[in-house]
Amino acid sequence: MNSVLLATAARLFKPLLLLVSVFVLLRGHDEPGGGFVGGLLGASAYALDAVTRNTGSARRKLPLAPHVLLGAGLLMAAASGLPALLQGEPFLTAQRYEAALPFALQITLSTVLLFDAGVYVVVMGAALLIMFTLGEEQI
Amino acid sequence: MLHQVRLALPILIPLFTAVFCLLGWRSLRLQRAAGVAGSFLLLAAGLELLRSVSQDGIQVLHIAGWPARYGIVLVADLFSAMMVVLAGVLGAAISVYSVGDLNARHEIFGYHPLSHVMLMGVCGAFLTGDIFNLYVWFEVTLIASFVLLALGGTRGQIEGALKYVTLNLAASSLFLTAAGLLYSAAGTLNLAALAEALRGPDTPAGLATVLSMLLLVAFGTKAALFPLFFWLPASYHTPPVPVSALFAGLLTKVGVYALIRVFTLLFVTETAFTHNLLLVLAGLTMVTGVLGAVTQNEIRRILAFHSVSQVGYMIMGLGLLTPLALAGSVFFMVHHSIVKSNLFLVGGIAQRLGGSFELKRLGGLYSAYPALAMLFLVPALSLAGLPPFGGFFAKLVLIKAGLEAENFWIVGVSLMVSIVTLLSMTKIWAEAFWKPRPEGRAPGRGGVSSRLWIPAALLAVMTVVMGGASQGFFDLSLRAAEQLTDPSSYVRAVQGSEP
Repeated sequence: MNSVLLATAARLFKPLLLLVSVFVLLRGHDEPGGGFVGGLLGASAYALDAVTRNTGSARRKLPLAPHVLLGAGLLMAAASGLPALLQGEPFLTAQRYEAALPFALQITLSTVLLFDAGVYVVVMGAALLIMFTLGEEQI
Repeated sequence: MLHQVRLALPILIPLFTAVFCLLGWRSLRLQRAAGVAGSFLLLAAGLELLRSVSQDGIQVLHIAGWPARYGIVLVADLFSAMMVVLAGVLGAAISVYSVGDLNARHEIFGYHPLSHVMLMGVCGAFLTGDIFNLYVWFEVTLIASFVLLALGGTRGQIEGALKYVTLNLAASSLFLTAAGLLYSAAGTLNLAALAEALRGPDTPAGLATVLSMLLLVAFGTKAALFPLFFWLPASYHTPPVPVSALFAGLLTKVGVYALIRVFTLLFVTETAFTHNLLLVLAGLTMVTGVLGAVTQNEIRRILAFHSVSQVGYMIMGLGLLTPLALAGSVFFMVHHSIVKSNLFLVGGIAQRLGGSFELKRLGGLYSAYPALAMLFLVPALSLAGLPPFGGFFAKLVLIKAGLEAENFWIVGVSLMVSIVTLLSMTKIWAEAFWKPRPEGRAPGRGGVSSRLWIPAALLAVMTVVMGGASQGFFDLSLRAAEQLTDPSSYVRAVQGSEP
């Protein structure tokens, strides 16, 4: 699509969409949101690029190939079940870790977040893989 | 630490294997290495699971420590563990074979990750203790096998894959409907809790039987039971040989496994109706399958129709519902997976050496390649049920069980079908191996890599061992069958381990 308006808007929207997608992922920890929605939002950032220019340009800007994203996300999700084993608890039992940050800030990290981040990456990889493949289909 | 993950390992190993294949998408060498290593690890995990179940009884894992009502449960009794070992054996043999057989065009589009996703689905279905999760694993298997079937994208493949996926999706929707109705009737989807609820006074017996029929149609389609078997002969001969071998060994077994699980654990109240119906369907499946096979002249089509016919034997044991009969079913399932995969692998080698799968274009293989002829003879005779191979003992147990139950007609049918099976194996033998090479047919590509020979030979050795050590296999099957006919042990194991 050759539209100056869309191209300009896309340039502004892309970082915004990526930022919002991460926000939605983290928000999903306790409130509506999560990896699935976040992943779709993240994929839409690159989809916008593919629509305004072409899929090749979107592919180049993606730091990892969609297949690798799929694999990495699955790896994160599956690996999030393993720390429980070190505690002698059943596979996938949630683990929490308190971490102290500078300026007396406290943050709680959990394996659930790693699982959800894995979902984020899988959804993003799968959505982009489907879209790129369809976009490059020779008719 | 191991006991917290042992039951999940047969699901996790294929998952991690698929992940490494995806991460190494650009390197076929890495994908092959991961594929082969993963399937041998799966075999090891299966054997370890079988050892622990055989030693300590039924094993239960409550994933993430949630009680069965809310969480996901994995349960392994001897039957499940044997099936997981079987998946490992076939996975290992076929992964080695596929490295030597597939062309890069199939591998580049994801044969290795997909075959492991399928193995993950199959193992998940064998291990789950929850009927909704069974549905999920069925879908995982279905999607992966659909893509495997279409891989390569020839016209015949797409046609076969469409038939396969359409009929199986219809079956899945019936399954989902039945699961929803079960939940509304019993308030749970956990198999152990369902087993108790369906026996209790709150559930009308008629309702349970209606639900069992819905599940019979759903699982019967996936198991290629009469009259919903036609997707199988329409699709099994189209994909590359390793994919056919994997499907023939494992796909229908998941359906048969589900049938055996629900018709021993859940629906055992109105057996006069349900199990006699199963027996009739078993007989019809045997006969139609074998008659279909007789009319075919292409090796893979013949084998596909025999797969249908053999499913009848597995369901025959379930229909009789005695420990001996179920032992026969379990023994037969293990035997059939190995033998049928083996026949597909041997057929693939024959195609490479003789240049075709069509019987009328083949010939002279016996004089040119006597080793291949022997390799075909072992599984073929075992499939037909001739001593001293495993197939003979599997059928012997089933027939003995049928005679003990005084169900003479099914015994008669199964014996007749065995003879016709032998006839159709003889046809392949006479046409492809015995008769001289047809005039004007150039020989095939010649040399075949040892990666094709070794897995086929090892599976043939296993068939011989199953015959020689049949007592050991029978004892194990009988113990598995005794667990199946005593649902309370399953229920106790799940409820006794609540976190």
